[in-house]
Amino acid sequence: MNVWQTARVALRALLRNKLRSFLTMLGVVIGVGAVVAMVAIGEGAKAQVEKTFAAMGSNLIIVIPGTTTAGGAHGGFGSMPTLTWDDLDAIRTQLASVETAAPSMRTIAQILSEDQNWSAQVTGTTPEYFRIRNWSLERGALFTESDVEAGTKVAVLGSTVVDMLYGPGVDPVGRTVRVKNVPFVIVGVLAPKGQSPMGSDYDDAVFIPVTTYTSKIESGLRNYVNGVIFVGASSTQATARAERDVRALLRERHRVQPGEDDDFSVRNLTEMAGAQEEGTRTLTTLLASIAAVSLLVGGIGIMNIMLVSVSERTREIGLRMAVGAKPRNILTQFMTEALALSAMGGVVGVAIGLAVAERMASTFGWPLLVRPSVILVALGFSALVGVGFGLYPARKASLLDPIEALRYE
Amino acid sequence: MAATSPPLIHLDGVTKIYQMGQVEVPALRGVSLAISEGEFVAVMGSSGSGKSTLLYILGCLDRPTGGTYRFDGQDVSRLDRNALADVRNRTVGFVFQNFHLLARTSAEENVELPLLYAGLPEDERRRRARAALDRVGLSDRMDHHPNQLSGGQQQRVAIARALVNSPRVIFADEPTGNLDTATGVEVMELFRELGESGITMVVVTHEAGVAGYARRVVEMRDGLIASDGAPPEGRA
Repeated sequence: MNVWQTARVALRALLRNKLRSFLTMLGVVIGVGAVVAMVAIGEGAKAQVEKTFAAMGSNLIIVIPGTTTAGGAHGGFGSMPTLTWDDLDAIRTQLASVETAAPSMRTIAQILSEDQNWSAQVTGTTPEYFRIRNWSLERGALFTESDVEAGTKVAVLGSTVVDMLYGPGVDPVGRTVRVKNVPFVIVGVLAPKGQSPMGSDYDDAVFIPVTTYTSKIESGLRNYVNGVIFVGASSTQATARAERDVRALLRERHRVQPGEDDDFSVRNLTEMAGAQEEGTRTLTTLLASIAAVSLLVGGIGIMNIMLVSVSERTREIGLRMAVGAKPRNILTQFMTEALALSAMGGVVGVAIGLAVAERMASTFGWPLLVRPSVILVALGFSALVGVGFGLYPARKASLLDPIEALRYE
Repeated sequence: MAATSPPLIHLDGVTKIYQMGQVEVPALRGVSLAISEGEFVAVMGSSGSGKSTLLYILGCLDRPTGGTYRFDGQDVSRLDRNALADVRNRTVGFVFQNFHLLARTSAEENVELPLLYAGLPEDERRRRARAALDRVGLSDRMDHHPNQLSGGQQQRVAIARALVNSPRVIFADEPTGNLDTATGVEVMELFRELGESGITMVVVTHEAGVAGYARRVVEMRDGLIASDGAPPEGRA
């Protein structure tokens, strides 16, 4: 008797008791479905976290000027400007691991439209800033290098500011807002970015050329960047190297002696992203373990039903033996039945799990992420459940004595 | 005939002891018996006489505790389960009192069962199953399930199943026990035909009428053969 014939005998036996086969399968369906759905949801949440950090700027490094110590009181980071415009140029042009760099000088200011006002963060920067932070436009255009050189009074607005000043859906490009009583022509509106990982609103911001910022909003020291420098590494892989390069370059330029502390600090967002991801990964593992328990319960269901089936079909087993079935034939038949139940349950479970994950993903606006390996592992695991929990009943059946089996009432 | 050819079945001092917990129950206490090819033998005896045990040993469903059993010249008394399964599959057919058909399975598939374990291809199985059902007069009931058949028809399906692997011997255990008299007669007539076609028939029964179809009656009592000879009042 070959595999194909055994499989057909087993399938026929399952079809003879459709309702029971279905209910037995259901345990595995739920188990596998739960595992697939939970893992997919976890992966989706992880991808969502990654996306949030990508919104902060891919390959982003922030250079913050150093601290001051005045009369024994230590100022915080950035309390003393130590970064010069020349430092910025050096970072931008001298390092292979750095794609570009931009200054960021910020203050909170009252923004006035014709009939509304709103307090928002005003940032003076260069067009590279938007590239480093991976921000795109919704309307209009960004200000340009020549705007920066000329100190033009133009502004790019975040969508929250536009909503507050003009109401949603209004195109403000070409209109004028006043920042600290200086009129700025709106040239562009940024596409909404949502919340930062810390919960603040990225879109509640106004961007103007850095030269305009220093001349009209907040002057500061001539040679120093009165803010931070955003650095974009040439790739995600290069981020760590770029961080080292920037530090080395600045130490050299600032003549920091070996063993002395930096008069600036370099921060990298990947570490923060990593911590967040770790959190979601733990959650995914937790959810998947709970789901795996239900798969185990499904497997016990299979064993239970197979045991009932063996005792219910004792006379059938006796007859099969009488007409020439060997113990091995009986063993494979019952194993195949268990395996077929769990494998079919696995396939249906994967389908249901995917459907649930899709549903959840669209509800929460997550990306639907299912790696093929997850499906393979779920199917493999359900087959394993079938073999594991089918073995004992099948072995029990194969060891029956034909005469006792035939006489069994 | 028995004198010219070696016997198909040859038991020599066969004993069978069942272990019921701590107690040993002897079912056969030294049975010697020779049955030649083509014989029609009835095994009679009251319940507990050992006639069923004898049939199981003859049919290679069980092994004797002591003594030897030669089937077609081969010593089968010490074969393992797999080898015994092969002997049953190739050379023996069984007919049971309660038919033992697979429920919710067509007559044809029931008959095919022994061939499945013989490893025959599907079209060959089907051809032989149909021929066997035709031989027992059920060619119009191939697709019926057991619950759609009368008792007599079910027993004939079981006989077709016993026939399908062209056995040397058919062993029947109270084949008419669950049938009414008229149907029982039909089944026995069928057995007589099969016996006349050259198949060795061994029928265990306690009904004298059934034994009447046999040319030889072996009577069992307390695990021993009490008598062995022509039926007392020959109907055949």
